[in-house]
Amino acid sequence: MSSQANAAVTSLWEGGRSPYAVNSKKFGMWLFVVSDALTFSALLMAYTYLRVSTPNWPTPFHFSPSIVFSSIMTFVLLSSSLTMVMGVHTMNHGNRKATVGWILATMAGGLAFVVLHLREWLNLINNEHITIFGNPMDVPLFGGTFFTLTGLHMTHVICGVIYLGIIAAGVGRGKFKAEDVEVSGLYWHFVDLVWMFIFPLVYLMSARI
Amino acid sequence: MSAARATVAVVRSERAPLVDTLHEWVTTVDHKRLGILYIIYALLFLAFGGIEAIIIRIQLIRPHNTFVSPQVFNRMFTMHGTTMIFFAAMPLVFGFANYLVPLMIGARDTAFPRLNAFSFWLTAFGGLLLYFSFLGGNGLYGAGNAPDVGWFAYAPLTSRTFSPGHSTDFWILALLLSGIGSMGTAINIAATVLCMRCPGMTLGKMPLLAWLNFTMAGLVILSMSPLTAAQLMLLVDRYLGGHFFDVQAGGSAVLWMHFFWIFGHPEVYVLAIPAFAFASEIIPVFSRKPIFGYPVMVAATLAIGFISMSVWAHHMFTVGMTSAGNTFFVLSTMAIAVPTGIKIFNWLATIWGGKVQYRTPMLFCVAFLFQFLIAGLTGIMLAAAPFDWQLSGSYFVVAHFHYVIVGGILFTIFGAFYYWFPKMSGRMYNEALGKVHFWLFTAGFHLTFDFMHVPGVLGMPRRIYTYEPGRGWDIWNLVITIGVLFQAVATLVFLGNLLWSKLWGKVAGSDPWDGWTLEWSTASPPPAYNFPSLPEVRSRRPLWDLKHPEDPDWHYE
Amino acid sequence: MRILKSAVPIFCTAAAARANSAGEPLSPTNIFAPASTPADTISGLSLLVLTITGAMFVIVLCLLLWAVVKFREKAGAGPGEPAQVYGSTQVELAWTVIPVLIVTILLLATARAIASIQNAIPPPGAVEVSVIGHQYWWEYHYKKSNVVTANELHVPVSSPVHPTPTFLSLFSADTDHSFWVPRLAGKTDLIPNHPNSMWIDPRETGVYLGQCSQYCGVQHAKMLLRVYVQTRDEFDRWLEQQSGPAAASDSTIEGRRTFESTACVNCHTIRGSTATGTFGPDLTHLMSRETIGAGAALNTPANLRRWIQDPSAFKPGCLMPAMGLSDSQLDAITAYMETLR
Repeated sequence: MSSQANAAVTSLWEGGRSPYAVNSKKFGMWLFVVSDALTFSALLMAYTYLRVSTPNWPTPFHFSPSIVFSSIMTFVLLSSSLTMVMGVHTMNHGNRKATVGWILATMAGGLAFVVLHLREWLNLINNEHITIFGNPMDVPLFGGTFFTLTGLHMTHVICGVIYLGIIAAGVGRGKFKAEDVEVSGLYWHFVDLVWMFIFPLVYLMSARI
Repeated sequence: MSAARATVAVVRSERAPLVDTLHEWVTTVDHKRLGILYIIYALLFLAFGGIEAIIIRIQLIRPHNTFVSPQVFNRMFTMHGTTMIFFAAMPLVFGFANYLVPLMIGARDTAFPRLNAFSFWLTAFGGLLLYFSFLGGNGLYGAGNAPDVGWFAYAPLTSRTFSPGHSTDFWILALLLSGIGSMGTAINIAATVLCMRCPGMTLGKMPLLAWLNFTMAGLVILSMSPLTAAQLMLLVDRYLGGHFFDVQAGGSAVLWMHFFWIFGHPEVYVLAIPAFAFASEIIPVFSRKPIFGYPVMVAATLAIGFISMSVWAHHMFTVGMTSAGNTFFVLSTMAIAVPTGIKIFNWLATIWGGKVQYRTPMLFCVAFLFQFLIAGLTGIMLAAAPFDWQLSGSYFVVAHFHYVIVGGILFTIFGAFYYWFPKMSGRMYNEALGKVHFWLFTAGFHLTFDFMHVPGVLGMPRRIYTYEPGRGWDIWNLVITIGVLFQAVATLVFLGNLLWSKLWGKVAGSDPWDGWTLEWSTASPPPAYNFPSLPEVRSRRPLWDLKHPEDPDWHYE
Repeated sequence: MRILKSAVPIFCTAAAARANSAGEPLSPTNIFAPASTPADTISGLSLLVLTITGAMFVIVLCLLLWAVVKFREKAGAGPGEPAQVYGSTQVELAWTVIPVLIVTILLLATARAIASIQNAIPPPGAVEVSVIGHQYWWEYHYKKSNVVTANELHVPVSSPVHPTPTFLSLFSADTDHSFWVPRLAGKTDLIPNHPNSMWIDPRETGVYLGQCSQYCGVQHAKMLLRVYVQTRDEFDRWLEQQSGPAAASDSTIEGRRTFESTACVNCHTIRGSTATGTFGPDLTHLMSRETIGAGAALNTPANLRRWIQDPSAFKPGCLMPAMGLSDSQLDAITAYMETLR
């Protein structure tokens, strides 16, 4: 398109340089993060509201395995944020090979999180008989809020792993720029941050000590 | 499919085989084509929503009428509301924003052209999904039906118990899909405005349309999320047996109301602010004066945007909040009247001292000023909570928000159609037909919605499929229905005018209105790359500077 | 022409406001014909709001009309652009400050009205009634007596000297509803799991009409309300009469047997019989009510028989099914119902 434009007569305005060099991709991702953060906060607000208005809210998470598992998950997810930072850093220095390695490490962290989380879900469903529609504690709301919040977060992690996979493949073939990796990192840190809210509000506050 | 039909209407002059043309339109990422797709898609749904409105009005023409069954009536008002808000008004607004924002800020395209296309098709399929419910809504339970839970779908009416079958699921999924589409478009518009402006166009030199659409995009980004979350929870309730809104299991019906209206009220401004944007572009050009008080207009817009996030519970005055809660929402709601009033005064001051040319776009904008004034004043009445305890849920409210959405928003959208039609199609519309459309529609509008306030004051609730005689409502309902017929005929005139002018209208040239913003500096219709070379601007009215080099705007701004 | 029409809603509202003093009532549900303190307060506030907004309307309308007519492009004006005016801080300030003042006045008046209605405390003589909204009818429980009735609410008249207001506790058995009798008070929603309350103190006897005003399902339209305001003596007699068991009569024993042996008893209660269902209205004193089906039809023998035969003839989509009774069963049950005074 721009080649056609160059061929045209110079306009009366003459071109100049834009005073605004905001990177639109980064800005777009920030806007998405804002809006997605609001979706999560809406769910967290619903969870808080329902929890406060229910007098006998259950605290079913035993120290082992639930709290141990979720702590390990938290650690894994936090570490994957660190590897993502390394990935962005190496990409800024033009080291594509190292970047692919760091992104793969991040993806591994994400996958480990998902696997551990599913394991934890199955533990709750099979051993504690907590499902989305009911539980032995007779507070049916518990399952709905728990599985919706963690499920939506897990969906975000899975989408993030796929997103990072695409970025890694592209970086490996020399396709993407440093800012693309940075933007994907932005998303990944956001997903991580959301977990930092869910972990204490959903897990730690419902721990059975 | 709507797009396919659309394509035939729009691209006639090109010689390419139909399949190629179709392929080009379906795969396009050009903001102008996507804008036109949005607009044509919206017109299609405007027609659907209009037909539903006509069915509603025929049923209510006299007491104890039996034109449709109560079930059908309830589906009609649900579909009318959902269609008009999500699949007619929003796509219209997005379509114009898509088409105009890059042109007016001197950009070659939006920031994310492919996200743009993706968002459009999400919205488009959302609408198709909603209308598929007519066929598939009842699933295994019998013949098809459409959702009948009302457009704000209060819990627990939406639970499996009270809404068996799949009609409500279609409603949820359609809104989820189109909501994600709206989010994409909003992100795109906001990023475009901030990142893609041409050299020289500082924030203070942007056309008001860009400012207002930027605010609109911000509102969409902030307000869509609670709705998305609420729809997710409802979906979990209906499909996975969750209990968020299940009052039998400790869930809360009021929670849904809060979430819906946290979205629902900013949504009014998502539609109204772009309408203000059209008025802010059209009124100055036809008054031959710059907009009065540009910085104040921007400030008022941002104020409206912020305050609109804190007024949602004025839809819930009858829900039983504490007196302190009610008073707070009276305060915030009345506060929003101030910046809105400032806007009306500024438009008035723009006309003051001008040389007003009453072409069709200007006629629609002047009518908008009168009608929006009334809509604002009835809004103040409804903001007084005790008055609202009487009027809420009555036909007075229906009249009020139709005054806003039709008298305010749709009128400026009609104005925008006539104003930018020459730019989009390259041809002039028929001025005589345009004026026929204006007078017919205005007459119909006032017949319908002026008189609709009265049965509300006389105690007629909304959403009733029939009513008792002897309540003093009969004559008003008859008049209201007659007005609808005027509006229907006027809309046909409008559509006919568009088609006729596209095919046989006079060639418009690049600048038929002697306009001042950048879109008038390029050809009509603009080439794919918009501008041969990127313009550089020094004031809010770059074309004024060009046409009046002896007295350019930047001396005064 | 258009401009004249724009003014119509304001005029009509004002006309409605005046109508209550002018003989023939405009409507039995006119919000500007209040007959109870909450409705009075609202009506007073509304007239204030109408006056202020009406004045604003007239002023801005005149300015707009003037501008639109005066500054139109005239035929022989020649080319050239008008003076380019970009704005004025003083003017902007003026039309910001004045609306702020107006809004402040409105806010104060509104806050006072809210507090006076919402924060009222029931006096000792108050009648307390629980209202339960059902799809698509109303159930009333009179506290301090065992009276349960449906759709037609009876309350005593109240006077400033001997205030006997009625306080309503609002509940819902299924979906959201809203209790609205415009001449007595504003509406309040009935929401499941979210108890609400409101009060009325009608000062004149008579029948006050209203209906459900929150969409509640298929038959939302025929969920009508009738409030009977009676003198204290009449009301006490009515309460006394309603608290007794159903009348028993040997002549209708056939109908009573049929009633008790069919599915009717699953949903309806008739005190003094074996019918104790609670899903549908209490029928113990059915014939003391003027309407059936929440106001869908007058309570005449013919309508009653038709209703029992097939309720959807009056109210398509209502939850009471057609029971498929034979003609003789219908006659018997109708005859039995007619004894339930």
